[in-house]
Amino acid sequence: MDRLDLGGLFFHFLILWFLAIGGPSTIFPDIHRYLVEAHQLLTNAQFAELYTLAQVAPGPNAMYVTLIGWHLAGWKGVAATTIPLLVPAITLTMLVGHLNERYPNARFGRVIRRGLMPITIGLVFASATILMRTVNHDWRGYLITFFTVAVVLRMRWNPLWLFGVGALAGIVGFV
Amino acid sequence: MKRTDSEKPCVSRLALFLAFSRISLSSFGGAIFWTRRELIERQRWLTDREFVEVFTLGQLLPGPNVLNLTVIVGHRFAGWTGALAAVAGFLGWPCLVVIGMGILYQHYGALPQVQQMLTGMSSVAAGLLLATVIKLATVLPRTWWPWLFGALAFVGVGIMRWPLLWVMGALGPLAVFAAWKEQD
Repeated sequence: MDRLDLGGLFFHFLILWFLAIGGPSTIFPDIHRYLVEAHQLLTNAQFAELYTLAQVAPGPNAMYVTLIGWHLAGWKGVAATTIPLLVPAITLTMLVGHLNERYPNARFGRVIRRGLMPITIGLVFASATILMRTVNHDWRGYLITFFTVAVVLRMRWNPLWLFGVGALAGIVGFV
Repeated sequence: MKRTDSEKPCVSRLALFLAFSRISLSSFGGAIFWTRRELIERQRWLTDREFVEVFTLGQLLPGPNVLNLTVIVGHRFAGWTGALAAVAGFLGWPCLVVIGMGILYQHYGALPQVQQMLTGMSSVAAGLLLATVIKLATVLPRTWWPWLFGALAFVGVGIMRWPLLWVMGALGPLAVFAAWKEQD
């Protein structure tokens, strides 16, 4: 395990959030790479557990970075992982809002979005496979994962119910 | 009765803080539904059309869409301090909740029952991500280039485990260029 470098963590997250076009799931693989593989600050299982816990909390999905920060270094860790999340939102919103008012019919926004959309999808797919490989040890884990996919695509359940099903399956020893 | 686009209601910073607190505390598994409901139906700060505009702008920017939307709405009604009040409401409570979870995890995370429960829940979390990918992929155009860029991003980041900055730096400009050429 590396010594925790909070400044390095802060700057890494800052760069990542500027790349997170398409939402927090797109930077999940790189956060995993940085924390688990490159610096060994968390184990694979801890990373997956902290991510999952935060999904059950209210608010934006991105809050898993705050939880990881707390786990690593308490309040300082929260600051090092959460403040970077706010920086692009605040600075770029100002810039883009300004451009949007000046050039209301500009198509560059639409082109950027359409161009980056496939990359977003590839990155979220990478997140899903990393998490699947980490948490599913045999066919029973994959069964829960694919059951979740089927329910989400066919019904409009609140995801909390699905987490309840997963927790129950775990408690009774299914996985 | 809904407002028309032209008038802009007067909104205090406290009202922004409270409205975004309510959105954040009721949004389990995706905030967009609650945001719409609060801003259009309950508070009537935005019309449907304004909401779509603000939301699209938020999607264009990196980071959580609804956080970007929070900044835009707060700023529109009460300037920079309004944006801060809205963000404090939107992120403050979830921050406290996950810290509470972090404390519990440190105390009880190693218990076998808790471990099993979290494993089952993590399988669900993986399924939610996979379902998101499938939903997103259905809107891709049926031409070859988006699928190629998607596959390259997946391989570079998910399999080769290269840093995202390199992969985005290489693929991003090419993908935007491809989208731009296609428009002409």
